[in-house]
Amino acid sequence: MNDHMFALGARAVAPSRRSFLIGATAAGASLLVGFSAEAAAPDGAAKTAVNPFAAYVKIAPDETVTIYSSQMDMGQGIYFGLATLVQEELDADWSKVTVVGAAGDPALYGNLTIGGAAQFTGGSTGTASSWTRYRQAGATARAMLVAAAAAKWGVPAGEITAQDGMLRHASGKSATYGAMAAAAATGQVPGKIGLKPAKDWKYIGNETLRRYDSRAKSTGRQDFTIDLRLPDMLTAIMIHPPRFGATLKSFDGSKAKAMKGVVDVVATPRGVAVVATGMWEAMRARDAVTIDWDESKAETRSSHEIAAAYRAAADKGAGDVAVNAGDVDAAFAKAAKVMEATYEFPYLAHAALEPINAVARMNADGTLEIWGGHQMPGIHQFVASKVAGIAPEKVALHVKKTGGGFGRRASTDADIIVEVVSIGKAIGWKAPVKLQWTREDDMRAGRYRPAFVHRMRAALDDKGNLVALRDSLVGQSISKGSAFEKMLVHGGVDALSVEGVSNQPYAIPNVRVDLTTVESPVTVLWWRSVGSTHTAYALETFIDEIAHAAGKDPIEYRLAMLKDKPRHAAVLRLAAEKAGWGSPAPQGRFRGVAVAESFHSYVAQVVELSVDKSGRPKVHRVVCAVDSGISVNPDQVRAQMEGGIGFGLGAILKSQLTLDRGRIVEGNFDGYDVSRIDDMPVVEVHMIKSEAAPSGVGEPGVPPIGPAVANAYFQATGKRVRMLPFSRKENS
Amino acid sequence: MRIVLNGQPREIDADPDKPLLWVLRDDLGLTGAKFGCGQALCGACTVHIDGEPARACQTRIADVAGRNVVTIEGVSGKVAEIVQATWTKLDVPQCGYCQSGQVMSAINLLSANRKPTDQDIDAAMTGVICRCNTYHRIRAAIHEAAKLLGA
Ligand code: FES
Ligand code: FES
Repeated sequence: MNDHMFALGARAVAPSRRSFLIGATAAGASLLVGFSAEAAAPDGAAKTAVNPFAAYVKIAPDETVTIYSSQMDMGQGIYFGLATLVQEELDADWSKVTVVGAAGDPALYGNLTIGGAAQFTGGSTGTASSWTRYRQAGATARAMLVAAAAAKWGVPAGEITAQDGMLRHASGKSATYGAMAAAAATGQVPGKIGLKPAKDWKYIGNETLRRYDSRAKSTGRQDFTIDLRLPDMLTAIMIHPPRFGATLKSFDGSKAKAMKGVVDVVATPRGVAVVATGMWEAMRARDAVTIDWDESKAETRSSHEIAAAYRAAADKGAGDVAVNAGDVDAAFAKAAKVMEATYEFPYLAHAALEPINAVARMNADGTLEIWGGHQMPGIHQFVASKVAGIAPEKVALHVKKTGGGFGRRASTDADIIVEVVSIGKAIGWKAPVKLQWTREDDMRAGRYRPAFVHRMRAALDDKGNLVALRDSLVGQSISKGSAFEKMLVHGGVDALSVEGVSNQPYAIPNVRVDLTTVESPVTVLWWRSVGSTHTAYALETFIDEIAHAAGKDPIEYRLAMLKDKPRHAAVLRLAAEKAGWGSPAPQGRFRGVAVAESFHSYVAQVVELSVDKSGRPKVHRVVCAVDSGISVNPDQVRAQMEGGIGFGLGAILKSQLTLDRGRIVEGNFDGYDVSRIDDMPVVEVHMIKSEAAPSGVGEPGVPPIGPAVANAYFQATGKRVRMLPFSRKENS
Repeated sequence: MRIVLNGQPREIDADPDKPLLWVLRDDLGLTGAKFGCGQALCGACTVHIDGEPARACQTRIADVAGRNVVTIEGVSGKVAEIVQATWTKLDVPQCGYCQSGQVMSAINLLSANRKPTDQDIDAAMTGVICRCNTYHRIRAAIHEAAKLLGA
């Protein structure tokens, strides 16, 4: 399985720069890149017919079929998904299909959910972006194989069948795809080709199909960036400033340099790097480096001070207005009952199990190769070229499978690329260099799920109807200052800060959402399900509280406000039915429910939990209903729901990063607690049968789990948990 | 010093304090055991030393002198085969980064206990973090493997 290979030569190696507008010059790590609107047609068809053999699929004489993925696989199984889409139309020998990552021309690989302006993996868009493009590629390749056979055999194309990697004609003539591929690849590219109707699908929606990479991953043979070994390669670690916003004043690396295995100690714009013959040699020398940091502009507050400032701002509720529907003030003035609640969410680390890394090599011909989790290849290429001082076209990216991501490998300023190229440059490119962060570096060097405070207010009429809702949010913006600002920040409101509540689904006549965006040197980033990590929790626990105050069943109460939202209502009903909602829960167990839409998918979850004597919840069972359109790989939809539930559960129960006078306290999995197997409930996933185009599944499993647990916890204890995580001492 | 690595005697020339994990990964090119925390907190580096699970990141190479070290690359036998086959059949891995540690730990569990309960599984596997949270399938795969081993 050669799924890390990169097509040097034949395929576009360096991502094109033409769809990036350079907004500012490189100033340390702060690079501004903006997306232009240059785009492929939104339906997935390229403007001009693309030869699939030049971009998406290669069939070798030995019958192996290699698919070039525009998407990075961080475990979500998108390679498998794209293979399924191509295979559905191509009908090759499935056992010979493999997928590799490609970084290249946005016209070929640009993400179609943003009109193809740039290549990136994220926002749970992988399948949506590829749904038409990759089926089209498979169908076109098949047609070209058939045409080549028709020409060779002198028979009409319509008489040739193409199945399981074989071309056949009634005359008895036959050939494998591999034998015909060379002729097919140089043939004429047909115009638009019809795709199979759903009733004829053999691979899409097939429950029995298995991921082709599970064997390698169960036997230690899957390799990642950390496993890469190049001749003469050195290993570097990076010592970052201890406080966000601090910069390097001076350092003394002489003692470290004298240690065995250490090759160099160098300054970079992001810290001091120790370069050694191996990882242990580099780590061992770390404490021998003495560094003087300039902390005059650094964050020096502690978490409780930051939270107090956030709470004060939320109480004021004077932020930029994201939603203002109806007349909220009048509705509150007339209300029979007013409810209020304040929610507090901590910074969270992604803590992907493979700590952040990249490998760079400058070649004699002036090309720079970089291996890593290139989630945003265009930005990586641009940043690398700026730091290295070479043309973007000279930067070749090798896309590796990564040990998780959860958003972290899509840092908007390409921090890891800045670092690895800076180190290479600082050592005069005398050897290839692998930059490998330790777990502590990974946890303390930023790009967190931003801390947030929500101040929720509700107005009820005398029948308990929810007539007005206000949410005042306070937190940092992910998009501001990034390539995504133009696209996502409007009127001061970062869509990613308020998503999930700005588009809340309930029929409430008066709604106001305002956002106070806070500046801080602490860096923030998208974290699996982004804004919905906190908005869904605040909204769905508050709705539950309101339903309780109104004396209504929480599902009935929601459904009454979801009359115009059939997809929300359907998943809610399905989860309720499968969970036995309405019948008594098993002895000692309590149920809670939540529903959320994110990334155009709809997920409802019903939780069953018990609470031990010390007040700790134990989640036993989660019934999850999902509508993500057509399920390309149903078992992978299930896997993503299971994973999302476990991921979200650990976070709301146990995970938080805290600042102590500007320093992150937690450095490893002892302080930063994450879900382990004993936290994992039984998960049952039910999919809504849908004919809608596929939408996201990587993230949408996360938002409902927190509020569903909190709502069940209330049933068990009468307590509303509004400060996360549950394990905070304030909750005991 | 000498160790027996995946059944073969190997002469190791390394600083005695160097952790086994980095000897395996950097010096010997055996990259199946992964680096996840370096502090015996995540289990990604799990190997077998004289048949017992051990965290290679916190094991000095000097402490394994003369002992039998088995990594994911060299693990063999009926239990290992069945565990790896059920892992594949159930599509347990997502990113796969933790799975060497999961598989090595599951092999230990099933070698000692042919019919583990959910509680046994939780107790044996709690030290191995999966950030993709494949725990649901890990549990199912261990039960399935136990069934096949009993048959
Ligand atoms: S790397 Fe050894 S336990 Fe985490
Ligand atoms: S499969 Fe990704 S960490 Fe376990």
